[in-house]
Amino acid sequence: MRNDQEKALIFEMSKPGRVGYNLPALDVPEVEVASLLPKHLIRETPAELPEVSELQLVRHYTELSRRNHGVDNGFYPLGSCTMKYNPKINEDVARYAGFAQTHPYQPEETVQGALELLYNLQEELAEITGMDAVTLQPAAGAAGEWTGLMMIRAYHESRGEAHRTKVIVPNSAHGTNPASAAVAGLDTVTIASDERGLVDIQALRDAVGSDTAALMLTNPNTLGLFEEDIVEMAKIVHEAGGLLYYDGANANAILGIARPGDMGFDVVHLNLHKTFTGPHGGGGPGAGPVGVKKVLEPFLPTPIVAKKEDGSFYWDSNRPESIGRVKGYNGNFGILVRAYSYIRTMGPEGLLQVSQNAVLSANYMMRRLATAYNLPFDRVCKHEFVLSGVNQKKLGVRTLDIAKRLLDFGYHPPTIYFPLIVDECLMIEPTETETKETLDEFIDVMLQIARECEETPELVQEAPHTTVVKRLDEATAARKPILRYQPQA
Amino acid sequence: MKYRYLPQTDQDKREMLETLGISSVEELFADIPEEVRFKGALNIPEALSEPDLVKYFTRLANKNVNFSTHVNFLGAGVYQHYAPSTVNHMLLRGEFFTAYTPYQPEISQGELQAIFEFQTMVCELTGMEVANSSMYDGATSLAEAAMMAAGHTGKKRVIVSRAVHPEARGVLKTYAYGQGVELVEVGINSDGVTDTQALEALIDENTAAVIVQYPNFFGNVEDLAAVEPIAHGKGALFVVSSNPLALGVLEAPGKLGADIVVGDMQPFGIPASFGGPHCGYFATTSKLMRKMPGRIVGQTKDENGKRGFVLTLQAREQHIRREKATSNICSNQALLALAAAITLTGLGKQGVQEMAMMNLQKAHYAKQALQAKGLEVVFTSPFFNEFVVKLSKPVAEANKQLLQAGIIGGYDLGLDYPEFAGHTLLAVTELRTKEEIDTLAAELEAITRA
Repeated sequence: MRNDQEKALIFEMSKPGRVGYNLPALDVPEVEVASLLPKHLIRETPAELPEVSELQLVRHYTELSRRNHGVDNGFYPLGSCTMKYNPKINEDVARYAGFAQTHPYQPEETVQGALELLYNLQEELAEITGMDAVTLQPAAGAAGEWTGLMMIRAYHESRGEAHRTKVIVPNSAHGTNPASAAVAGLDTVTIASDERGLVDIQALRDAVGSDTAALMLTNPNTLGLFEEDIVEMAKIVHEAGGLLYYDGANANAILGIARPGDMGFDVVHLNLHKTFTGPHGGGGPGAGPVGVKKVLEPFLPTPIVAKKEDGSFYWDSNRPESIGRVKGYNGNFGILVRAYSYIRTMGPEGLLQVSQNAVLSANYMMRRLATAYNLPFDRVCKHEFVLSGVNQKKLGVRTLDIAKRLLDFGYHPPTIYFPLIVDECLMIEPTETETKETLDEFIDVMLQIARECEETPELVQEAPHTTVVKRLDEATAARKPILRYQPQA
Repeated sequence: MKYRYLPQTDQDKREMLETLGISSVEELFADIPEEVRFKGALNIPEALSEPDLVKYFTRLANKNVNFSTHVNFLGAGVYQHYAPSTVNHMLLRGEFFTAYTPYQPEISQGELQAIFEFQTMVCELTGMEVANSSMYDGATSLAEAAMMAAGHTGKKRVIVSRAVHPEARGVLKTYAYGQGVELVEVGINSDGVTDTQALEALIDENTAAVIVQYPNFFGNVEDLAAVEPIAHGKGALFVVSSNPLALGVLEAPGKLGADIVVGDMQPFGIPASFGGPHCGYFATTSKLMRKMPGRIVGQTKDENGKRGFVLTLQAREQHIRREKATSNICSNQALLALAAAITLTGLGKQGVQEMAMMNLQKAHYAKQALQAKGLEVVFTSPFFNEFVVKLSKPVAEANKQLLQAGIIGGYDLGLDYPEFAGHTLLAVTELRTKEEIDTLAAELEAITRA
C-alpha cells in the first residue's frame, strides 16, 4: 500500500462468505434453538462483523502495525512514561501454558508455581520500595493510586478520624492524582512549587492540619527533580497526623539508590509497565502494585498471597479490615509475570545500574540541549528533565510544532505541555536502554530543529511532512464525534 | 556482570561525565539526603542468565495444572475458548505492544484505527451506539458504569442483582464506598434469575441504576425485557453486564433497552492467564456518550482531507479535568482490545454465531448427559454455556477426584452463596468434545455415588 493512501477499514474489506477461522464440526446432537431460548431473547440480526480470509487479516494488521511507532521502531523519549526496551523473553515467559492457560479459580494446590511467583514478587517489590507488604491486584497506576488512597481513608476512619479528607498535591503532580483522590471520596488541596521546582515547604506547612489525610508526591517529581526536603516534608505531614503517598511513576530514577519507605512514605504504587518493562501495549495493560508500611497492612485489598509453614502458598482472604476488592481475580497476572522476569534478569546490581544509567543519560542530554533550549530549572536532574520552548515561541514556533517536526526524523516526541507549571514544556526521559549514539543523534536533530526555528520556521510549523497523515482535525473530532464505522447507505 | 538491556560502555559513561564536568555518576545523586540514601545491595536474588531464567520460569510454570495438561470445565467469568493462531502472531508485532497510548496520532494511526474498529465491533455485538477503547476488566467496567449512572442521574443508590458475578459486586462495593453510593442487592428466585418482584419492591425514585448480568453468574439468561421496564419506570439507568460471546446467539442488550452495557472481552482471544490481563468493554447510548469513562477514539480528517483517527472527547479525562474528572482511569487494556478485535476479525460475522451456537448446544448436551447419570441440574431457566449441578458431596472434594481423572472441575458456588453449598457451576465451551463431556458425566456419577 502506498504511503499516501487511506488505509481501508477492516469492514470495508469484508465480503460475505469469507472466513478467517476453522472450528470443528458439532459432535453432539443439534437441538432447535427455539426449544432452548425464549423467542424474544434469540438474536434477530447478527452483529455486522468483518468477513475476511486469514491472509487478509494478517495483511490488515501488519499494515496497521506499520502505521504505528513503538520502542522497537525507534527512540521514544516520552517523559514520565519510561519507554524503555520491552524484553522479548518476557513475552515468551508470560505465554508459557503453565501461566497463560491457568484459571484463576483453580484449587491452590494446582497453581503453586503461579502463587510462588506472586509471593516472590510481593516480597521483592517490598524490598525494592522499602515497604512491609504489597498487593499486586491494582490494574494500573491510577488504580494503584486509588487503592492506596482508599487504604489511607480506611486507616483514618479506623482511628476515628473520618474528618481527614484532604489530600495535598503539588501543582506539578500528574492529573491522575487529584482524579484518584476524588474517586476515593477525598478532596484535593493543591500547593505551589518554589523557584527550585520543588515543593514550597512553607506552603506545605500552611496546608497541613487536622483535616489532612495525606500528601501525594512523585519523587523525583515531574520536573525530574529530587524533592531534597523530603525528610522535613515527611516530618511535617506525619506530625499533622497525615500519611505520605508515593506516586511511583518516576521510580526508574531510584532503584537501589533511595527507597520510598526510607524517605518516610507510608504507601507507594509502582507502574510495572514503566519501571519494570511492562510493556505499554499501546495504552495498556499496566499493573500498579501498592506497597504499604505495617500500619496499613490490615487494609490491603483481599486476597493477598501468603506462605504456610510447610513452604506452600495460599490466598489469604481472611482480612476483616481490608478495603475489599479493587479488581477482578488476581490483578494483571500476565504483566506481573513479565515484571518478575525482568527483576530476575537484572538482580540487585542490574537494577542499580538501571537507575544510574538512566540518570546519567538524562543529565547528559539536558546539558547539551540547554545550549539551544531554555532550561527552567538548572540543577542536577534525575531520570528525566524539562525544557521550555519559550525561546522558539518568540520566533513563532510552538512546542507542539517542535514535537511534530521530530516525527519527520523517526522519533516519538517528548511529553509536551506537562507539567503545567512550565510554559511550552518539553519533558524528556531517555531511559537507560538507549545507546549514547542514539542520544547524540536525537540531540543533533533537536539542535537542528532549533536552527530551523530561526531560519525556516514554516518547516517546523507545518510539520510533520513524512507521516501517513498530516495534522488531524481534533476539534471537529470532539465536536461531531464519529466513534464507530457506519456502512455507506 | 554484563547486562544485555544496558548498552552504555565505560567509554560512553566517561564521555558523558566529561561533558557534565564531573568525575563520577555518584555526583548526580548528591541532592538525595544522605539519611535516605540506600546503603548496600537490595536483598533480592542475583541476576539470572537467559538460559537460567528460562529454566527457572519453566520450573514454576510446570508446577501449575493448566488447560494443556487437563480438560477444563471451569468458567465462572473466565473461559477457555478457541482463538485463531493469527491473533498471537499479530500481537507480537513490536509496533503494537511497545507503543504508548496514541497521543501522537500521526505515528499511531495503526493503533488508533484498530481501536476504532474495536469500538465498532463492541457496538455491533451489544447493539449500542458508542463504545470506549476498553476498561481494566469486566468487574471494574461494571463498577464504573454504576458510578457513571450515579453521576448522570445525581442519585446515590444502585441496585445490583445477586446473580451478578460475586467479584464484580465486590469491586463495585469498593467503588461505591469511595464515592458514597449506597449499594442494594436484589435476590434471585428459584429459577436462578433476578427476583423481579423483589426488585419492584426495592426500586425507588432515588435509584440511579439497576444492574443485571446476561447470562448471569449461574449461566441463566436473565429476561432483560422483564427487568427493563422496572428500571426505567423509576427513572433508573438499566445496566447490563454481558458475556460478549453469548451475544452471538442472544438478543443484543441494546435492543432490549439497556442504557449501558459492560463486560469482558476475554472470551475473544484473550488467555485466561490466571485472571488477567483481560479486557473490560464499555458501551452506551449517544445521549450518555460524554459521560462515558476511559479513552475514546474518533474519526476525523487531516489537513489534506484524508481520513484519520485521534483520541477524542478528552475534556472528560483526568489529565485535563483533574479532580473534576468522571473517572481516574488512564492506562487501559489496549493490547487486549487489539487481541479481541483480531479475534473478532478472524471469527467474523459467521464465526461468532457458530462459536456461540456450539457453546449453547454442547452445554445443553452436557446437561442431558449429567442428568442421564442421575445428577441434579438445579435450575430450569434458559442458559448459555454454564449450568449448576447439585452434588452429594462437597465440591472441593469432588474436584480433587476429578483432577485425578485429568479434569479441572467446576466452580464451588458455596464459596459465595451459602445456600448453594455443594453446588458446582460447570462451563462447557466449543472446545469440549462429546467424549470429554461423557467422561465428565461418568466421573461425576462415580464420585457422587461413592
